[in-house]
Amino acid sequence: MSNVVTITGVKKLYKMGSETVAALNGVDLKIDAGEFVALMGPSGSGKSTLMNILGCLDRPTVGSYKLLGQEVSGLGDDELARIRNKTIGFVFQNFNLLPKLTSLENVALPAVYAGIGSSKRLELAMAALKKVSLDDRAQHLPSELSGGQRQRVAIARAIAMHPAILMADEPTGNLDTKSTGEIMQIFRDLHAAGSTIILVTHEPDIAQAADRQILVKDGQITKDISRGSDEIIDIV
Amino acid sequence: MLFTELLKMAALSLVANKMRTLLTMLGIIIGVAAVIAMVSVGMGVKKNVVDSISRLGSNMLVIMSGSSNRGGMRGAAGSVTTLTYADAEAIKDKIKYVAHVSPTVQGSYQVVYGHENWNTTVTGVIPEYVSVQSLEVQNGLFFGEHDVDVRNRVAVIGATVATNLFDSVNPVGKKIRIGNAPYTIIGVLKSKGQSAGGQDQDDVVLIPLTTAQERLLGITHVRSINVQVTDADKMNEVQSNIEKLLRQRHRIRAGAEDDFNVRNLTSIMETMSSTTTMITLLLGSIAGISLIVGGIGIMNIMMVSVTERTREIGIRKAIGATYNSIMMQFLIESTMISIIGGLIGIVIGVGVAQAISKFGNFTTVISGLSIAASFGFSLFVGIFFGMLPARKAARLDPIDALRYE
Repeated sequence: MSNVVTITGVKKLYKMGSETVAALNGVDLKIDAGEFVALMGPSGSGKSTLMNILGCLDRPTVGSYKLLGQEVSGLGDDELARIRNKTIGFVFQNFNLLPKLTSLENVALPAVYAGIGSSKRLELAMAALKKVSLDDRAQHLPSELSGGQRQRVAIARAIAMHPAILMADEPTGNLDTKSTGEIMQIFRDLHAAGSTIILVTHEPDIAQAADRQILVKDGQITKDISRGSDEIIDIV
Repeated sequence: MLFTELLKMAALSLVANKMRTLLTMLGIIIGVAAVIAMVSVGMGVKKNVVDSISRLGSNMLVIMSGSSNRGGMRGAAGSVTTLTYADAEAIKDKIKYVAHVSPTVQGSYQVVYGHENWNTTVTGVIPEYVSVQSLEVQNGLFFGEHDVDVRNRVAVIGATVATNLFDSVNPVGKKIRIGNAPYTIIGVLKSKGQSAGGQDQDDVVLIPLTTAQERLLGITHVRSINVQVTDADKMNEVQSNIEKLLRQRHRIRAGAEDDFNVRNLTSIMETMSSTTTMITLLLGSIAGISLIVGGIGIMNIMMVSVTERTREIGIRKAIGATYNSIMMQFLIESTMISIIGGLIGIVIGVGVAQAISKFGNFTTVISGLSIAASFGFSLFVGIFFGMLPARKAARLDPIDALRYE
């Protein structure tokens, strides 16, 4: 299988007054197409920074990030925006849907920025909504949906453009147990259908759904276990 | 494709905040309306002035007798009596590009009809006076060449005189007394209203020039000669030819002063119209300041809106909005505010201008240029003052923006 993500020697440094703080301090990571990876770590571990870099929202200070074989660490803001648009789908903890747009319009939004025509766009959006079984709520506003439904709309928006990577940042953090189960089922289904998924979480139960669990601590990857291993990740 | 979507987004967010949009627009509406209304008032003043000057007759030269100068002692203008009816006829015969020549004499008299009397200006004129002064006879006739030749005691009166002496009776055919002699009224002039100087142009009695000179005033000279030139371009040429001719006829030696002077009404009109243009510009630019203030209002609200919508901007950026598409979205919003505000302002401005002319009894001229200029300026203001907030939105870092609560 080909590598979707290849990160070598990535550091992210911040200047705090006279000191330099490393949020990431030399991370190497490869993720293959079709993998379901859980990214774990306590808060302050650099897990969010790593996710931002993986999601092309941020650039590493040092090191190389190849996404689908393309070096993206040196790209400009607009080029990164285009990569986020076409190659990466985001699912956030607090859904981040636009409140004034219907489900369908929210899901169609990435296609707007890709410059896709309106009929094709709605077709893509409708197909994505079908995958999360919310096609019957296409004309509802986010405020008319339950938390679980909102997150499903957000997942539909993330997969509408058929991205190479689906990134989910604590997707079940704001949901009840029942909805959590539904959302995780959708991720498993998407994974079974071949999607590459990176799931950021600090709940071991949620991480269990993934094939591979990566623990980030103090800006470095301290554990990287594939399913079947006896090791248990204890994030504390 | 993306542009039409950005248009829709901008429209949606303006509609979502109707009250705020309206209040922001108000600055532009008032600005544009003020510019249009103020300029229309200024243009109205200009039209009034130009009209009343040209009502005196366009392309007009006025020859007045000059002041006497005996041994260094100078008299009042018109104190010499060298200008005659014959001078007028000579100008008409000998000088090219002259359309009409109208010599006049004047005196103030008590005019009597029955028990009514009225003090007014009696002017001795020849029939050409009608075309030179653009007069119209409403009732009856104007006198002809024959009346001038035989010094007939006939009179044409203005509307004010008619009202004061005759009230509702038809004056034509009635006899009035001027200086104890009876004159038959043969016509009443159509009302011309006030002149630029505030004079009542209807308070006149016109009688044949020769009758006035010989039977009323007992003089042989004329007070002034109005000369209408066929072509505005020939004004200066005609003026200098008249000066030459009159110097020759009055036997004025080279180097001596003229005993008459020639005034050019066109140049007076040019001065007046350039003055009123300045007034119009001044009014317009003062109103234009309110447009700038309106633009600052747009900037203010857009800044608040960008801050409020930081999270939305973060979401849009995360899913692939580029710098330009965010910039455009906000710029379109501010431009839409200024376009719609500008259009409403045009409607209100035109309405106010019409209301002023209807209820304020004041001529206003709505000019297409002022509409276009104020609309163009409001558009510019919208784009210019929208730029800063739009840039602020477009430069937001997606990570920070997504984290914004």
